[in-house]
Amino acid sequence: MSEKTGPGKSRAALWAGLIAVGAAIATALVMGLFQNISTRKAEARETSFKVVDLDERSLDPAPWGKNFPRQFDGFLRTAELTSTRFGGAGPNPKPISRLAEDPRLVTFFSGYAFAIDFNRRRGHAYMLSDQRVTGRVTKAKQTGNCLHCHASNAVAYRELGLKKGAPGTLDEPLTGAHGQAQLMAGFDAAAKMPYEEVTKLVEHPVGCIDCHEPKTQALRVTKPAFIRAIAALASGDAAVPHLPSIEKWRKGDRARPYDPNQDASRQEMRSMACGQCHVEYYCGPKTTLFYPWNKGLKVEQIEAYYDEFKFPDGHRFFDWKHPKTGAEVLKAQHPEFETWSQSLHARSGVSCADCHMPYVREGAIKVSDHHVRSPLLNISRSCQTCHRFPEEQLRATVDGIQQRHRALMDRAEDALIQLIESIETARKAGLSEAALSPVFEFQRKAQWRVDFINAENSMGFHAPHEAARVLGESIDYSLQGYVALSKLRESANRLNPAPAQPNPAPPSPAKAAAVGKTAALLRPLSR
Amino acid sequence: MIGSPLARGLTLLASVLVGAFVGTGGFTFAFAKGASYLSDDPAVCVNCHIMRDHYDGWRQSSHHAQATCNDCHLPQDNVLHKLYVKLDNGYRHSKAFTLQNFAEPIRIVPANARVLENNCLRCHADMTDAITAHGTLGVSTIPRGTVDLHGCVRCHVDVGHGPRR
Repeated sequence: MSEKTGPGKSRAALWAGLIAVGAAIATALVMGLFQNISTRKAEARETSFKVVDLDERSLDPAPWGKNFPRQFDGFLRTAELTSTRFGGAGPNPKPISRLAEDPRLVTFFSGYAFAIDFNRRRGHAYMLSDQRVTGRVTKAKQTGNCLHCHASNAVAYRELGLKKGAPGTLDEPLTGAHGQAQLMAGFDAAAKMPYEEVTKLVEHPVGCIDCHEPKTQALRVTKPAFIRAIAALASGDAAVPHLPSIEKWRKGDRARPYDPNQDASRQEMRSMACGQCHVEYYCGPKTTLFYPWNKGLKVEQIEAYYDEFKFPDGHRFFDWKHPKTGAEVLKAQHPEFETWSQSLHARSGVSCADCHMPYVREGAIKVSDHHVRSPLLNISRSCQTCHRFPEEQLRATVDGIQQRHRALMDRAEDALIQLIESIETARKAGLSEAALSPVFEFQRKAQWRVDFINAENSMGFHAPHEAARVLGESIDYSLQGYVALSKLRESANRLNPAPAQPNPAPPSPAKAAAVGKTAALLRPLSR
Repeated sequence: MIGSPLARGLTLLASVLVGAFVGTGGFTFAFAKGASYLSDDPAVCVNCHIMRDHYDGWRQSSHHAQATCNDCHLPQDNVLHKLYVKLDNGYRHSKAFTLQNFAEPIRIVPANARVLENNCLRCHADMTDAITAHGTLGVSTIPRGTVDLHGCVRCHVDVGHGPRR
């Protein structure tokens, strides 16, 4: 064979060479695949590396970020300026003013801090810095209550509570008996301090420790007003079918108050963590901050609670006296948790985090997206997980709901403007506050409802049917108020047909009783 | 062994490299639990971690006691058809998971939706024969057929993977 000539030899050598090169490339590819599989397996096994010890003093989110870099990256991105058609503060550093967008709000909030400064919302990262510069804080006097939700205060409240004599130390778990006592004592103390003092005690916007247990990362709630209010809601009898753990607690022996940190399911906690702050509340100076949930979460249940609530001075609850009309009216905050509670999504077990912090996959790891934002900016992960329709179709559906809602809300706002201006005219014409008091009730109801929906951040989407129902009621109350006012003016004109007297003295109560209620309370009207 | 020194050297090198390929390939295959994919065990489907939610959902679902992944997602008419669909899915899934270049949320492809539909009808024929007599099932409701709203599971959406939330 050795005598075999050139072509045969070189063909064998060529084949051997090709096989060698092929095998080398194939081996390299296999090693690459091996490396890839190893990475995926490692990702699935190790979702976090503990490089920092976290405890109840770990206020700063940065060390948490060393252990949980993926979640932390998302958390930092809440500083991005995001906007949708109706939500978000726009692309510029100066947020869009809601008062400039909708001047009717200036009339509604006349005489109240929201008429001074009221902007569209920015991301979580700005909650503290934006609050410190808003005209509502710099031009009006506020209490430490405001920081309950605008700062990470789990540590600050506990330290304050310890100073006020609460038992235990800061090293004990926040959810334990001592931790809770410290938290509540600090919260009650801060409510009595001026804003300027309490804001010095806090330095971070909402942080990891506000929603997570430092040792296990389990979800928890730490905001005192929420812990009190959800317990009050549980001990009432309002139906809450979307919160099964409350219904379960009600069937039990009720030996201790309902405690979300012990009783709520993880899926419920994925809403309650947000419901710590995205709620209706009272945070004025007359009493400690509270969420009005004792009678339930619906707009009329909250209203009924406010109507029964007496301030320490015995006066019926109100936020401020409307200077244009004289009515004692209510200010709604941002009842997202309450509105979501009335939705089909809530009844189907969909939590806040399912849409606002959907799961994202990084390699083989599944993490909850801590870049909290509008689901409209993340439709594929937020909506399409359940709704198997194309993205543009889902976007159009949401947009349709929101545009219809905006149109209905415009009508409700116009109706209320009409009522307020009519009352103002009647007062200038001489109708007294006492005579107008039945009309004030209608203004209070109409304004409470339209504001409840307007202040809520979702342009109706969190519960479209409920939002439409509430706006319909608002329009009805504005109309009823208008009709009542017209009747008052008619009867006033009938009783006092003579031309106006320049400055009639207000009638005395005795005279009022003698002459008849309506007639006496009315000053002569001039047309 | 006769041959030029070059041919001999190259043959030796080729043998070593082929051996290395077989060795590393075999090890990788074993490391990736390659043989497990020939079984019908549902746990195999969570070897890669994308299917974890679907697997967990299935364990909560009404079909848990009756049907495994492959009972619904692979054809059951004959072995060759079953292996072909398994091969096709295996290729696409491993390519997607290795390159990480797929769209999320993941969606069933039309060919697999047809397999699934046939399996619903296979077991529930007593109930469905009267319904399918007019050929109304298994048709996408989107004219372009781009969305997987196929047949039974369009409405009976939680029977396989449990409630979506």
